[in-house]
Amino acid sequence: MHIVVCIKQVPDSAQIRVHPVTNTIMRQGVPTIINPYDLFALEEALRVKDRFGGRVTVLTMGPAMAEQALRKALAYGADRAVLLTDRFFAGSDTLATSYAVASAIATIGKDDPVDVVFCGKQTIDGDTAQVGPGVARRLGLNQLTYVAAIDELDLEARRIVVQRRAEGGVQVLQTRLPCLITMLEGTNEIRFASMDDMFRAARAEVEVWNAEKAGIADKTRCGLKGSPTVVKKVFAPTPRAEKAQMIDVSGKTPEQIAEAAIDTLFAANPALADDLYRVSAGY
Amino acid sequence: MADQSPPRPAAGKAGAKPLPPHLAAYQGVWVFLEMERGQVHSVSWELLGEGRKLADALSVPLASIVMGPPDGSVPAAAQESFAYGADAAYTVTDPLLAEYRTDPFTKALTDSVNAHKPEILLLGATTLGRDLAGSVATTLATGLTADCTGLAIDPDTRSMAATRPTFGGSLLCTIHTLHYRPQMATVRPRVMSMPERQDGRPAGPVTEVGLDMAEDDIVTKVLSFIPDSDQDKAQLAYADIVVSGGRGMGSPENFELVKELAAVLGAEYGGSRPLVQMGWIGADRQIGQTGRTIRPKLYIACGVAGAIQHRVGVEGADMILAINSDPNAPIFEFAHYGIVGDVLQIVPALTRAFRARLAVNRQAV
Repeated sequence: MHIVVCIKQVPDSAQIRVHPVTNTIMRQGVPTIINPYDLFALEEALRVKDRFGGRVTVLTMGPAMAEQALRKALAYGADRAVLLTDRFFAGSDTLATSYAVASAIATIGKDDPVDVVFCGKQTIDGDTAQVGPGVARRLGLNQLTYVAAIDELDLEARRIVVQRRAEGGVQVLQTRLPCLITMLEGTNEIRFASMDDMFRAARAEVEVWNAEKAGIADKTRCGLKGSPTVVKKVFAPTPRAEKAQMIDVSGKTPEQIAEAAIDTLFAANPALADDLYRVSAGY
Repeated sequence: MADQSPPRPAAGKAGAKPLPPHLAAYQGVWVFLEMERGQVHSVSWELLGEGRKLADALSVPLASIVMGPPDGSVPAAAQESFAYGADAAYTVTDPLLAEYRTDPFTKALTDSVNAHKPEILLLGATTLGRDLAGSVATTLATGLTADCTGLAIDPDTRSMAATRPTFGGSLLCTIHTLHYRPQMATVRPRVMSMPERQDGRPAGPVTEVGLDMAEDDIVTKVLSFIPDSDQDKAQLAYADIVVSGGRGMGSPENFELVKELAAVLGAEYGGSRPLVQMGWIGADRQIGQTGRTIRPKLYIACGVAGAIQHRVGVEGADMILAINSDPNAPIFEFAHYGIVGDVLQIVPALTRAFRARLAVNRQAV
């Protein structure tokens, strides 16, 4: 059983600030983390390995510092780590990213065929959910997105049954290996990495691959050149013309403030009062 | 200056370059109609409303594309799309499309696009739409922009300007797909407003594309479908009144105050993304760009800072009341009414005041 887990190092979005004057992202000092959605993918991969044995290879594409994310994944229990990094990858959109990542997975699989690729359902910085399906398509892997649980895995028969979150319900899907799974959030909890694990991970080797090493045949399909989408403009949203009308709170009790707020809402929209009576009465 | 510029087509504006012939062959705007067990997902009608504007700006037809089994639902949906603004409809009708699976739907949609060449293809950013869009865009090797909050046509290039939040929702960016067709985008439910249904709008031509595939070609099988029970489902997206909490609530125990206010108002409750990440609430109750987009009549945000990714999810609300202890919180930049104060005191006071008023009125009725 050979599992590849794709992860991404992302800025902790809770701590991103926008420069008030230049409207640019202030990246300095923003801590980076493993994309939280990817931890569900990593934990599920480790659980499969616990049950069936085998190896977990963790793969990321990014700048040199993304090595930290891989070491963290090694501490959790991954066996091998590959960092895909090359200046040709700069400016990749999701199509170019899926090309590079799929090429690397194909290269990883040459010596050790890959049975399952796990991804998070999306990243918290791009939020596109497009790279997983893109990789599946390029490698011809059976695509299972938004997976909430693996019900059955039969290595002999090469069969897997999963629960997939769909609109209005859960699809129970059966497919064959090799497949690509994007895990839904909240499906498991990442295990604890002990001090020993972290020391071991700190000494472990992280393989650094450039485009050539990753087996990328056509560099024009990478980075900006290989990206059909072009970002024309980045901007902060225009503030609303009028700021919020503030309810006067000075010297007032919470009760008085609440009454004043409700009076203000009802005065601004008399129909709202009727709506509230209707909705709260349940009709 | 203008005299020295190279000759350009009469229709083009300054700076416009004619598309190379292989791209110019792509014409028209398509909206993928998503079927949920025989019913069209409302996001598809919202997209037709938006697609109409794009098609008018380009002076091209707007078409719907519907896929499903031969049970009558496909032609019905195609006809219904005319009432929501479509000029034409394309259909793929095949038993293999009875339930959503990536492979047959990807083939049906890519074959349709290759045969009829729309310049723009819009899909809902649902679990189905995102699964399908990612697969189709990769197969067609074209650009796909996810979760757009604004779509427009750039008059200079005639390309689609797709605006979406970026960097975890702290900025917006506008993305173009200049040299590839079709230009693909997904939009989340409720982000665009629902267009009026126009009775008696004339029907247009319906073209069946067909699917050249057999069940044996499809590896993945649907063993069963377990529908959600209604009480599990947070009806956030369609609620008239929504109350939410943010990190300012301080603890999961304090979050109960949000639920109590919601209960008194008969409202749905939800929360900001950090609360989901901390496990205080389930992901189906997340309000914002990556959670649910809401358009209620009244939205009350308690201790929510108001990051852009939250803002874009609630801006469609008719009225926003925000309570936050920080007078400089960004939420006050887009809320209509604000209270600077301690949520732990103000929120219970609001609950008591609303309860008293609603009780009085009920006696009067």
